[in-house]
Amino acid sequence: MFRIIAERFRQKYRTVNYPRVDPALPARYLGVPRLRAVDCGSCTACARVCPSGAISPRPEGGPQLDMGRCLFCGACRDVCPQEAVSFSRDHRVAAFNRDDLLISPEKPFAGIGEPQRDFSLYARSLSLREVSAAGCNACEADTNVLGTLTYDLGRFGISFVASPRHADGLLVTGPVSRNMRAALLDTYAAIAEPKLVIAVGSCAVSGGLFQPSPECGDGVPARLPVDLFVPGCPPSPWSILDALLAVSGRRNKR
Amino acid sequence: MRFPYTRSINIAEVEELRGARWREETGALLDAGCRLLALFALPGGAPDDARRSLCSLLCNDEDGGLHLLRSEPLSGYASLTPQYPQAHLFERELHERSGVMPAGHPWFKPVRFNAPWSDTERRPGPAENDFFRVEGPEIHEVAVGPVHAGIIEPGHFRFQCLGETVLHLEICLGFQHRGAEDLFLSAAPRRRVALAECFAGDSSIAHATAYCTALERLAGVVAPPRARLIRRAALELERLANHIGDLGAIGGDTGFLPTSAWNGRIRGDVLNTTAVLCGNRFGRNLLCPGGVRQDLSADECADASARLQAAYRDARAAVDVMLASPSVRDRLEGVCAVSPETARSLGLVGMAARACGLPADVRFTHPLGPDPQEAAAPVVEHGGDVLARTLVRSRELDVSTRQVEADLKALAAEHPSPVQAELPDRLPPLHLAVGLVEGWRGEVCHLLMTDATGRPAFFKAVDPSFHNWQGVAMALRGQQISDFPLCNKSFNLSYCGFDL
Repeated sequence: MFRIIAERFRQKYRTVNYPRVDPALPARYLGVPRLRAVDCGSCTACARVCPSGAISPRPEGGPQLDMGRCLFCGACRDVCPQEAVSFSRDHRVAAFNRDDLLISPEKPFAGIGEPQRDFSLYARSLSLREVSAAGCNACEADTNVLGTLTYDLGRFGISFVASPRHADGLLVTGPVSRNMRAALLDTYAAIAEPKLVIAVGSCAVSGGLFQPSPECGDGVPARLPVDLFVPGCPPSPWSILDALLAVSGRRNKR
Repeated sequence: MRFPYTRSINIAEVEELRGARWREETGALLDAGCRLLALFALPGGAPDDARRSLCSLLCNDEDGGLHLLRSEPLSGYASLTPQYPQAHLFERELHERSGVMPAGHPWFKPVRFNAPWSDTERRPGPAENDFFRVEGPEIHEVAVGPVHAGIIEPGHFRFQCLGETVLHLEICLGFQHRGAEDLFLSAAPRRRVALAECFAGDSSIAHATAYCTALERLAGVVAPPRARLIRRAALELERLANHIGDLGAIGGDTGFLPTSAWNGRIRGDVLNTTAVLCGNRFGRNLLCPGGVRQDLSADECADASARLQAAYRDARAAVDVMLASPSVRDRLEGVCAVSPETARSLGLVGMAARACGLPADVRFTHPLGPDPQEAAAPVVEHGGDVLARTLVRSRELDVSTRQVEADLKALAAEHPSPVQAELPDRLPPLHLAVGLVEGWRGEVCHLLMTDATGRPAFFKAVDPSFHNWQGVAMALRGQQISDFPLCNKSFNLSYCGFDL
């Protein structure tokens, strides 16, 4: 008993005072991509190395990038002879509108944008049911980790619940395999109205790497109206937390 | 045909065994103590011909040799499973993929519910089939999944219970099937490492290393020493992060909440150490064929080392507090035990096998390179129960930390040297090579084969979970149904690694 208490003091208080304090991200972390207007000419170096087909060069105006497909691997940055691609260290990559994730030099990422409907209902309490639909367990792990004491999701009134009947919405990870589609739609149907859907990870947002597979598709099926997109492979837990705080309206209270 | 595991072999030189000889010789090797690594049908053959040439890949842990046995084109053969239970899922998978019939298979069902030759309009999904059923007035059945209570991957579990006692558990997966192996072959080469990293997201380094190693062996190239050290440090960090998380989860299911809370945080600290290496917490984008994408500076090594030392200190103390608690040990001891005989016959691998007293660890039997290792022998426990699986993880924390620290120290002390070897433009035609890597769950096996033009024509990935899920089902036999969450955590197998 005393040993446990002594160890408790030694393990210290570890919760990060987010969002007031910015998280410490590793030096090699790649956040929001930034594109520069250059003349690509006939160069297709970035498209040839991109593992998920997220980037396309244009003869004039520089490359276009779909952050919803992007794995944030940095391969395009490494090969671009004109250094048209760079990545900031900003972890806030989520967007309420899918179109906002399509960026180019003339249309840089403008932040999370405005929700498509009123989320004030969730300001004090937001309960989500998570469904992994062929997710590889990386997005799942970095969602689950929000419950640990570093992030302490509970202090924001946000929780993951066991039953869809107790949930305000669905958080989906994975490219949604054919074999998981029915279970995902059933879970959504079991949630009471009004309900929201959050797609986490490039697989759920766009199908990601698995989009060409006949066993998967374009991520969360069109029958589920997605309210919030969190790209990344997987997104940093801070990116996911930032997105959830946006739903509960606590994001800007710095 | 026997070949050293570090080499590739020419498929054309492997004898086509006639009639029943393929099955007999595969059985003889299994009798001699070899393990089945993969069972597959070679690509090719006329579309109207149902016969396929079968291959079995076996490994000998005594001398590290691999055996590839190849049959003449067959449409069926006498199932190996009644005599060799480790072939159980491999034979079901073989039939689902190729249509070749293992006659007399005792539990013949789909694995991933994706058979290309079945009705594709309305194919039955996973768990839309009959399950093994125990009949009787007092018997009840419990069905769990695919969607579970927590944030975990989907799978279906069907329990046959007499009161609280589980008489039988059948595990039905396939929900996570993404067509990963087929996609891997058809994908542009630039996609392949990224795909391998997603086969099982918590084993990104293990799967990426297995693929890169198989490709390098096919090309006859060896990754430079510095790249091998970075790969190994990342692989052991992956092991540490997952072991720490699992130990915390076992604490959580035991009701010992301090360690559960602490380890969740410490696991994150180890993942953040991996992110020092490559920017990603799961080690994505670290590896490339021929080596690693980026070198580490001495400062980065020092940063990673300092983070690891702090995380190790906290993890060691958190786990020791838990293991010193008599109530925790009482909850873990003797629960969901697997005997060494069962482990051997099911072909369990990795940490689950080591908890049953088997020294299964390809880091020692099939090392990735000549670099000396910190440990001299695998960490082995003998109970086969949840406690043994807990103790293997606990002891591996020490070994893996020592290994990462030694590797980071060596990397910091050395002068920078290349971290990528050049791969040839063309691979040798009709050759096959194997990458075997001891991931944190157990051995990850990738097999790559080229066609007559030297292009990859066949690929197979075997996650340790493919060997070990049957162990969970057997561990629960005769146990309380309330032990299931704890038992499942103690194995912590991958669903998508199995389903691919």
